[in-house]
Amino acid sequence: MLSQQDMLEAERHGKQVRSIYVYEAPVRLWHWINALCMVVLAVTGYFIGKPLPTVPGEAAENFVMGYIRFAHFAAAYIFAVGLLGRVYWAIVGNHHAKQIFRLPITNPQWWSEVFFELRWYLFLEKTPKKYVGHNPMAQLMMFFFFTVLAVGMVFTGFALYSEGAGLGSWQDGLFGWVIPALGGSMQVHNLHRLGMWIMMTFVLVHVYAAIREDIMSRQSLISTMISGWRMFKD
Amino acid sequence: MTETFYEVLRRQGITRRSFLKFCSLTATSLGLGSAAAPRIAHALETKARTPVIWLHGLECTCCSESFIRSAHPLTKDVVLSMLSLDYDDTLMAAAGHQAEAIIEEVKKKYKGNYIVAVEGNPPLNEDGMFCIHGGRPFVEVLKETCADAKAIISWGACASYGCVQAAKPNPTRATPVHKVISGKPIINVPGCPPIAEVMTGVVTYMLTFDRIPELDRQGRPKMFYGQRIHDKCYRRGHFDAGQFAEAWDDEGARKGYCLYKMGCKGPTTYNACSSMRWNGGVSWPVQSGHGCIGCSEEGFWDKGSFYDRVTSITPFGAEANADSIGKAAAGTVGAAIAAHAAVTALARARQKAGEPASTSDEQKGE
Repeated sequence: MLSQQDMLEAERHGKQVRSIYVYEAPVRLWHWINALCMVVLAVTGYFIGKPLPTVPGEAAENFVMGYIRFAHFAAAYIFAVGLLGRVYWAIVGNHHAKQIFRLPITNPQWWSEVFFELRWYLFLEKTPKKYVGHNPMAQLMMFFFFTVLAVGMVFTGFALYSEGAGLGSWQDGLFGWVIPALGGSMQVHNLHRLGMWIMMTFVLVHVYAAIREDIMSRQSLISTMISGWRMFKD
Repeated sequence: MTETFYEVLRRQGITRRSFLKFCSLTATSLGLGSAAAPRIAHALETKARTPVIWLHGLECTCCSESFIRSAHPLTKDVVLSMLSLDYDDTLMAAAGHQAEAIIEEVKKKYKGNYIVAVEGNPPLNEDGMFCIHGGRPFVEVLKETCADAKAIISWGACASYGCVQAAKPNPTRATPVHKVISGKPIINVPGCPPIAEVMTGVVTYMLTFDRIPELDRQGRPKMFYGQRIHDKCYRRGHFDAGQFAEAWDDEGARKGYCLYKMGCKGPTTYNACSSMRWNGGVSWPVQSGHGCIGCSEEGFWDKGSFYDRVTSITPFGAEANADSIGKAAAGTVGAAIAAHAAVTALARARQKAGEPASTSDEQKGE
């Protein structure tokens, strides 16, 4: 009886579920490496600004701040290289890979869909729309709170790193100008930390929206970032 | 022809042996190596003294106080003599019209070949009336004097960045020298005040090599401002180990642990304090148990508390720092998400309950 019902359901599902390949393997791999980097960067970064309680013993026997800073710098390099790789993939990958790097701001249809999504999130629309890639609202958020912010974090981060690497290092050559431009080292430290908080606030919204849309809009979101396939449930 | 530095020194009774010792010391402190010592000696023996006009704008004279306390008596003597400090209204005996005439004379006689050292800065509000020099706004005197100069040295945080008189709201519109004077090489020597040996070092370098020292992006000599206090701090080991003084009177403070948590600005301050130290190498702020306040950084009065590492971000108002803004934002968004999720669940439940069986047919397939 049960198995019979199961078979019937599976059959009906088979008719209804359609899927499209959205996120290619490099995009998915980057997404999860990037997520891991961001967790490491946020936690270690927090403790670089507000260090852990003093450790007992001789200075020579401990290296707490050293390890925390090492983890931060290592994750930062992976984050930055990942971002470069992602830019490359935006050029050679499919058109979904380009979404978070450019906004079709001249397209009125796109804007009307941004406002549609806004109304949907404000409970003013009863039924959601389905999108193969990001919905326009998500794309807008992604562009500003991830892409632009991530580039800002890389620039301020490497500028701060150049202070330790020293005058004449390549980090200094490429990013050293950021420090006087933003009003000094202390200011850059503070802005970098503020950037971390904005990024983490975005992560909250990003994770919530992904879970919610996965449930509400009857299309897969979370599993899509693992398998690459967007499933439409009806 | 003015006499050479060496002639001045000998006239003052300094032996050749002491003179050569000074040359070696200067070569070492400039990071030039021992081979440069004979070149310094040669330069001092053959070069005519360069006239220097030392102007005082809106300032507290702490730069002069530091300068005249240069650790090595010899350096002080040498610099005060060898500079041919032709004009410095706080040090010179002459006063009034007699003193002011010297500026005109130097300008005419050494056109394009004298150095202007500026201590303090010109305030620009009310046509510069907040700082009057010999009956005229300082900004006019500064512009006139710099017009024929070879180079300009901006002494201290005042001349380099504006310092306390330029702190918000800057009522007099005190403005750093490099924003008033253009077209001349300007060397910023920030600090409140700069270290005496840094000041004499910069001057000695310019006189010896007849060129300005290599400068960084902010116009500071790389040899003294190329690294942060933190990079050479003797407490750096405790920072890396994660050992901090957490209160002014705790065990960590007594053991000389890192003052980072007490707001030390060493990691964000470019200066030579941790390597050259103060008062002839006697001590310096961190060694005396108080963190660096970052006095050689631009706008250090407006960068929040001296006793915090995560300080207020000026464009966001007086008391907001990255953590308070961030926690408020994350908290607000977190609460909004929880509320949104609750409303979503409610709306969904109502929709499911309220819909006739036919339209919710698909949902049964879940």
